[in-house]
Formats: sequence, C-alpha cells, structure tokens
Amino acid sequence: MTGTGIGASVKRVEDQRFLTGNGNYTDDINRPGQSHAWILRSPHAHATLNSVDISKAVKAEGVIAVFTGADMAADGVGSIPCGWQIHNKDGSPMMEPGHPPLAHEKVRYVGDQVAIVIAATRDAARDAAELIEVDYGVLPAVVDMDSALAGGTLVHDDVPNNRCFDWEIGEKDAVDEAFAKADHVVSIDLVNNRLIPNAMEPRAAISDFDRSTSQYTLFTTSQNPHVIRLLMGAFVLQIPEHKLRVVAPDVGGGFGSKIFHYAEEAILTWAAAKVHQPIKWTAERSESFATDAHGRDHESHAELALDKSGKFLGLRVATKANIGAYLSTFGSSVPTYLYATLMAGVYTTPAIYAEVQTVFTNTVPVDAYRGAGRPECTYLLERLVTKAARDIGIDPVELRKMNMIQPDQYPYQTPVALQYDCGDSPATFESALKASDYAGFEKRRTDAEKSGKLRGIGISTYIEACGIAPSAVAGALGARAGLYESAQVRVHPTGSVTVYTGTHSHGQGHETTFAQLVSESFGIPIDQIEISHGDTDQVQFGMGTYGSRSLAVGGPAILNACNKVIDKAKKIAAHIMEADVSDIEFADGKFTVAGTDKEMAFAEISLAAYVPHNYPIEEIEPGLDENAFYDPLNFSFPGGAHICEVEIDPETGDVEVISFTAVDDVGRVVNPMIVEGQVHGGLAQGLGQAMLEGCVYDDDGQLLTGSYMDYTMPRADDLPNFSVATQGVMGASNPLEVKGVGEVGAIGSPPAVINAILDALAPLGVDDISMPATSQKVWQAIQESNVRQAAE
Amino acid sequence: MYQFNYQKAGSADEATSAVAAADDGRFLAGGMTLIPTLKQRLAQPSDLVDLADIGDLVGIEDGGDSVTIKAMTRHVDVANSDVVQSKIPALAGLADNIGDPQVRNRGTIGGSVANNDPAADYPAAVLALNATVITNQREIAAESFFDGMFTTVLEEGELITAVRFPVPEKAAYTKFPNPASRYALVGVMVAQTGGETRVAVTGAGQDGVFRASDIESALSGNWSADAAKGVKMSDDGLNTDIHASAEYRAHLISVMASRAVTAAG
Ligand SMILES: Cc1cc2nc3c(=O)[nH]c(=O)nc-3n(C[C@H](O)[C@H](O)[C@H](O)COP(=O)(O)OP(=O)(O)OC[C@H]3O[C@@H](n4cnc5c(N)ncnc54)[C@H](O)[C@@H]3O)c2cc1C
Repeated sequence: MTGTGIGASVKRVEDQRFLTGNGNYTDDINRPGQSHAWILRSPHAHATLNSVDISKAVKAEGVIAVFTGADMAADGVGSIPCGWQIHNKDGSPMMEPGHPPLAHEKVRYVGDQVAIVIAATRDAARDAAELIEVDYGVLPAVVDMDSALAGGTLVHDDVPNNRCFDWEIGEKDAVDEAFAKADHVVSIDLVNNRLIPNAMEPRAAISDFDRSTSQYTLFTTSQNPHVIRLLMGAFVLQIPEHKLRVVAPDVGGGFGSKIFHYAEEAILTWAAAKVHQPIKWTAERSESFATDAHGRDHESHAELALDKSGKFLGLRVATKANIGAYLSTFGSSVPTYLYATLMAGVYTTPAIYAEVQTVFTNTVPVDAYRGAGRPECTYLLERLVTKAARDIGIDPVELRKMNMIQPDQYPYQTPVALQYDCGDSPATFESALKASDYAGFEKRRTDAEKSGKLRGIGISTYIEACGIAPSAVAGALGARAGLYESAQVRVHPTGSVTVYTGTHSHGQGHETTFAQLVSESFGIPIDQIEISHGDTDQVQFGMGTYGSRSLAVGGPAILNACNKVIDKAKKIAAHIMEADVSDIEFADGKFTVAGTDKEMAFAEISLAAYVPHNYPIEEIEPGLDENAFYDPLNFSFPGGAHICEVEIDPETGDVEVISFTAVDDVGRVVNPMIVEGQVHGGLAQGLGQAMLEGCVYDDDGQLLTGSYMDYTMPRADDLPNFSVATQGVMGASNPLEVKGVGEVGAIGSPPAVINAILDALAPLGVDDISMPATSQKVWQAIQESNVRQAAE
Repeated sequence: MYQFNYQKAGSADEATSAVAAADDGRFLAGGMTLIPTLKQRLAQPSDLVDLADIGDLVGIEDGGDSVTIKAMTRHVDVANSDVVQSKIPALAGLADNIGDPQVRNRGTIGGSVANNDPAADYPAAVLALNATVITNQREIAAESFFDGMFTTVLEEGELITAVRFPVPEKAAYTKFPNPASRYALVGVMVAQTGGETRVAVTGAGQDGVFRASDIESALSGNWSADAAKGVKMSDDGLNTDIHASAEYRAHLISVMASRAVTAAG
C-alpha cells in the first residue's frame, strides 16, 4: 500500500511552491528581448471612435509601436467568437455582433480596448498612452436590462432591442394546464446580483513570434490553453495549431473568469509578429475589476403551482440575463443550458417551462463564474420553495421532503432535458438537518431574543450538473466544441510516471488528486508521479478546467490510459515470466503469475519496455506510453443540503452568520482534505454573493465598485467555522464514480443565507431582501416594515 | 506611477526645506495613502521627501494630563503603548482597529491626520478629545484644524510634528465599518474631558469629521446610552453612497454614540 491512493488526505504537493513564493505565474516569466504593453481603454461606456491620433505617442521615449483597431481591421483580424450558439424560440440563431479585439469605430463599455502601446518599459508604454488623442463621440449608455430591451439606444446597431436571443425550454402548455388546476400559486421576483470574480492573480500574457520558424507562443492566464489556441488561432488570427503554442503556467485562481478568450491575448499575439519581439502585459487590479468577465446578473419572475397538500404541479420562469457589451466565450450557454435545465432541482415538479432573454448592455461581458447558471437556478428555486412554504403555511422541511425525488426514482428524467443519473437528496437533507440541530432551533431563537438579536435559520437543497457531456448532446444543444478530455500516461524506463492532462489546475490541487489516481492504479507512491498540464506543445489536447469537470471527465481519461499501460505491461510480464497473459495479475505495484510465487515490480516491467532485450517484439511495440480520450455518458450530478443560521442586530441591520452546515454528495472522494477545501472556498464565495458582493454601475455605465474600497470581498472574519461533510451515492456516469466538487459550495449556499435572514426578519413582517443582504438593506427592510405595520 | 525624485530627510528641518525647495514636494510618511494614489496616477508630485529616518518624529510622551504622540508614530505603536492604554484606552483601541495589520505597521498618526480622509478614524479622536495638532510652525486646535474632506488648514510644506491629546475622564470610540474598505461607515468618539462632553463623528459627513452637538447636549445633562440613542439625527449634510444612505448613517450615529457611552462607562 502506498498510502497515497484514492481516499487519502494527501497534502497538496503543489502548495510547497505556492506557499514559498516559488510558483511560476505568467508575470514571473520574462523572455529575452521582451517589451511591455499598456492597453489604452475607453473611459466611456458608449461612444463612437471618431479618431484615434497616435502621432505623439509613437514618438515618445522608449516606444516601439502603437496599434489601433483600424490596424487590426486592415490586417483582416477576425472577431472574438462565442463558443455556444443558442437558438431563439422561433428557431432562428442568436445575434452574434462582431467583437473586434481592439475596438473599431465604437467602444461599448468602460475598459473596452482602444489601442496598444508597446514600449521598452511598462511605465514608458503607459506614459505614451496618455499622449494618444482619442476623439470620442459620447453616446448615451444603456446599463439596465429594461431600458436596453426598450431599444432606444443600441449597443450594436445590428441588434434590435439589444436582445441577443429569446430562448425557451420545457412545455408551456403542460405548465399552463398545471396552473389551471392549482390550489395555490406562489410567485417571486428576484435579482441574482452581478459579481466581479477577483482571482488573486490578475490576467497577464506574454506573446512571442519566432521569425525563423514563424511560430507564435502565447503565455496566458488561462483555465484552458487548448481552447484559447483553437479560438484565437482558428477564428481570430488564422494561425494554424502547429504554428501556435499556448502555455498557461501556474494560474492564481480563475473561478471561470479565465476560461474565456480575451481580447488582450489576440492583440498581443498579433502584435508580436509586427514588432518581432516578445510583449508582456499584466493587468492592474483596476483593470481586473473593469475588464474580467463578470458573473450572474439575472432578473427573474417565477411562479410555482401547488395542489392543496403542497405537491408541486408546475413551475414557470421568465428570466432576463445581462450578457454585457459583447458575447463572451460561454456567455450564451450560462443563462440557458447551464441554468434552466436544472429547474426541477431535487423535486418531482412534473411540468416546467422557462424562457430566457439575454440582453446586451454597455457593461463588461458577463460569463461563467463559479457555478455558472446553477447558482442562479438554485437561488430561484430555493427562495421560491421557501416562500411557498411560508405563504401556504407548511413547514419548509416538510414541503421539501414531500416533493423530493426519491432514491428509487433514478435515473430521473426531468421535464427540462436533463436526466439525473443518481442521487439521494432525502439522505443528505436528513443529515444536514441533524448536523445543524434543526430541531433545537426554536430554543436558540428564544435565547437570541433575550440578547436583543433576531435569529433565523435557512435551508437550501440542490442538485447541479457537472462535467457537461456527452459531446454529442452538447453539440446538439449548440456547443461549438467537444467536451471530452484527454490524458497521456508516460511511464519512464525506471518506473516513474509523467501524466499529461488536458485539464488545467489553477488552485484545485490536480497535481495531487490526479497523482493519487495514478498511485492507486499503479501502486506507486505519488512522489514518483508528475502531473503536467497547461502547455499545448506538451499536452496532446484538452478542453481545460471549468464546470467541475476535471476529475469527472479528465480523471477517467487518466484511468483509461493507466489501464492501457497495465494491459500492455501484463503482456510484457507474461513474456518475461513465461506465463499466459490471462494468468498475470497486477496488484500493489507487482505483476504476479497466478498460483506461483513469480513476481515482477512495476519498475522492472517499465525498464523491460524501454530495454526490450527479452521482449514480445512481434506482438507489441517497445515503450510504455499510452493515450486516452474520454467522453462521458452523461453529466454528473452532485447535490446536497445547506443550512445556515444567522443573528441580526435589529438596531444596525448587521447580520452575523452563526453557523453553516453543508452536506454534499460529490460521489467518490479521492482526497477528503482537498474536497473540504473546495467546499470551504465555494461557501466563501456563496456567502460573499449573499451578503457582501455586488457589482454596481451607475446610469452612465461607470463602474462604481471598481476597487476593494467599494467591492466587498468576503474575508475570513465574515465567515463562521463551516461544518461540512460529504455523503451520498457513487457517481453513475463515469468509471471513477466521482461527481465534481468545485462549485457546490457556491451553488447551494446563497439561498440558505437569504432564507435564514428572511426567517429572522419574518416576525417583523419582512418578506423579501435582495443580495447582497448588506446591513443597510436589512435595516432598510426593517424600517419599511415598521412603517407598513404602523399604517395597518 | 509617474517619475518623481525621492529624498530621505534626516531631520524635520531638512524635510521642510526639501519640500520647500521642490517644485511640488510631498512628505512621505507610512505611504499607505500616498503610494496607492501615486500608483493610480492620481497625483504627480515632483519630489517625495521620506520622513522615515527622522527619529525625533517618533514616540509617545506622557505629559501627566496629556499624551503627546509624535507624527511618525505608527498605529501599531499607539495601539500597544502602555501610556496610551492606561491614559486614553479609547485611543489605543481606535488605533488597533484601523485597517489591517500591514496598514497598522506602516500608517502613522501624522499621515492620517494630515490626510483627513472623511472616513478615517483618528480625526474623530482629535476632535472629540479636543487635541492640539503641533506643526513645525504652530499649534492648531482641533476645532480649527479640519477643513472639509481631505482638507486641513495646513499650509503648503507645513509639517505635523505631533498631536497632543488631553487625558479625558471618560472616552470611547465605536466604529461601524464600511463592509468593503473597513474604514468608518460611521465612527463616533464620545468623551468627557474637564467636565465637557464632546461627540465627534467620522465617516458620515459630507465635509468630513464633525461634532454632533445634539448628542453632546443630550449627554451633557444625562450621560447615558439611552440619552444618546434618543437623539434623532438629521440627515442633512450626511453622505449617501452605495454603502449607506444619509438616513441610515444618521441612524447609525445615534446607535454608535449610545454604544460608545456604554463602553466608556
Ligand atoms: C488597506 C487600507 C486600509 C485602511 N484602513 C483604515 C481605517 O480603517 N481607518 C483609518 O483611519 N485609516 C485607514 N487607512 C489609512 C491609514 O491608516 C493611514 O493612516 C493613512 O493611509 C495615512 O497615513 P500614512 O502614514 O500612510 O501617510 P502617507 O500615505 O505617507 O501620507 C498621506 C498624506 O499625508 C501627508 N503627510 C504625511 N505625514 C505628514 C506630516 N507629518 N505632516 C504633514 N503632512 C504629512 C503626505 O504628504 C500625504 O499627502 C487604511 C489604509 C489602507 C491602505
């Protein structure tokens, strides 16, 4: 036994370098002869670019070159593409207005790229950028979705009413029928607040062009270097794959925001071939706030039909989703297939209909952010179900239990396309109720009252979909890429192993978790295993890391490649030990011949494979190096229950989270410590969304929350000690039986927090509060209910 | 940042002459405000004159009925000072609650008072404790020192050398932090010194720190939490921003004042 296989809480091997300042991030990399770039950005949310005069800037000290959108357009540079095509209700495709990397003719949000200045130093580039004279024809900005849909001002002249698409899913007629026969109809209006991702490492890039080979290289802060190579190479710059290397080295957090192909990547790569020297760019923190794709930003109206007993009969949802000024890589899939397909939640609601309009506004593009669509869906459902319980006077626990999909109902076909493969929501719910001492809550409420505090408890149960798959289904729904994963397992002559994975680790701990898979498979300790990712010249292919897909989709690829290695190694072992292959057994790193005491170690076989002196050369090739591509049968479906308890100071509106219990079903757990860490991180972001974080633009499209002075990131002292546990059913759709854990914390938690706050405020007559539930909002809600009650 | 000349002064005189000689010279204390301002290119001084090596500007003196804190004394040293803790514990507590450990290890009382950020904590103490700001040229009473947000009566090139705080009979500072910046959304210092009651409010006013005279009169006759809470502050002249409306700030002033009274005993 290695002690480093599946199920062991192995310490993260990558943390040694991260915690000692030895990480190798993009900004740590310097290339010989490197120049520096500054991107001039629009200070206006919406304006025509009447002229961009660079004559003074090009003459400034240290300046190598200055380029504008006109230069790129003249060079035939393409538009930044969207990775997922959605169709309207009438079958026509969504609107896909052009997205030039450097703005051309018009700027559409504060921060839109206007010009690039390349100079000997970053300061010289920035100084010169101040000399560029731009004649902006300032236009009115559209920031809120209703004004955008009214269509007075158009973000893109060719997109009427600023509507990107108007999409639907589910059966409208069946839902209408359900409502017609309902005893209760409960409705809710909700905003899912816009968030700014705030990865610790700002985006950065270095581009290089080798004149002798015409080879381009781009180092970039990406979650998926092969996807960037494909999107940028094929669509924007027309560089074939074999002439373009994209490297995503250590990346300091992504949370989705580093999935997308960003304009700066294309601008730098293109410009490197113009100036014939490497160009480096690193975003300032202010640029991160203003130009990293934001998350969420939905407005929804939802209605639930119930029968007399509380059984759900039908659900109707209408959502408007802000997608910002341009379609980002997955901006169209997040509010559709990653959102409304989960509207059944953990419930047996038989009829569901959802319609989603996406809207262009003069704000930064909106795209996937930890959870991507699933937090928005869970928030809507769990707020609505809690409201239903209150409105019709049923206990929120009972109402949920009464409507939950039972374990024997899986595989469960929902009315909104997805088929849940397995799960047991009643079990995780029961455990969470117990772990949070739900039954003892009323006493805690009474105790809190004695010290002048309002105490509340809130529940959220959820199911979510990870590892989006299979490729054929995703393709049928509009995905423009496959969603499989690949792995290469290279056993070296002396038995150590390098694994090349097409996923990318930017904080998740893959170098440990994936090594544990190999350790388990080969029976060798993880210090003999290297996980390599991020370089398109090293890794055969890959779709990267997002949507909690890496272990569920990338893991089986590794497993399959390991199995291929073992199959081949058995043939070698059989030859050397003069036995039949069917008699060779492999366990704990040893090949044995059944019924004998003959054995060979893993490393002996690998040596034989590379020194094939005594070798079945007519049957197999030398070497021990196998490739696998894996396309799963279905999504995986993690789920669980989150319970939050808060205390509110009614005098100030201050909310303190007293306890937070999460019981999550993530299938098989490979490394319990990493899983716990992932849940903690997700909960921090979920509690951040619920209580603290909110992006605010003013009516002119200026970002008011453009720094940490105004954008509230959750800090350790905002959070309680989490009580987390995993429990559940092994995954049914992949051979590792894993489900995905990266996003569950951020998906399940926001409604638990808000439901707890509303429970605490219920005695005062408060029945709604929007996220983030800041002390000011809570205080305001209390004042308004006081006024209302006084009037009654 | 734009280019600037960097100089390190060995004495207060050297520092003031260096700033006077420069085109547009600025003192550099802890740099916690000035450096971020430069990084964002919001200021373009020709010269920075670093005060870090001037030993005479560091230290805390016990003057019996007053405590004098020299300008370059860091927040952490005020928080940990035996003298401040025993004579004016409210002031030690205030310093201990500024920003984060990194900020407290760099930021100075002189820099904070000179900067007069409308949400900074020290201005509330200076005003409520009726302190005196001592410069290389004169002594300025708290009452006349602050002159609207980010503005003071300091002349160009005038250097704060110390702040002298009379020792109060009672004092406490209560801060309701801005959730994002953790500066004061509303901070209230209540104090009784020589029989006089003073209440200073930071974080809330459009013109920076101010005295809450309504609460002062309520407390003068009746030093009690209820008396403070009973005052309904007007929201005239208070700030409204994305974090708090003027109305909310007005309400918080009474609540924070009442909690400060309880804490002061
Ligand atoms: C993350 C963060 C959080 C913070 N949180 C808080 C908070 O919660 N509460 C709070 O009150 N403050 C807070 N601050 C501000 C901090 O406490 C410092 O007091 C403040 O930045 C100024 O002090 P400094 O020594 O750094 O001055 P500097 O930044 O060096 O200087 C500030 C200004 O004062 C001038 N100056 C400096 N010293 C003198 C002098 N002796 N005479 C005349 N002029 C002078 C400088 O020329 C400059 O214009 C925070 C700062 C940061 C970065």
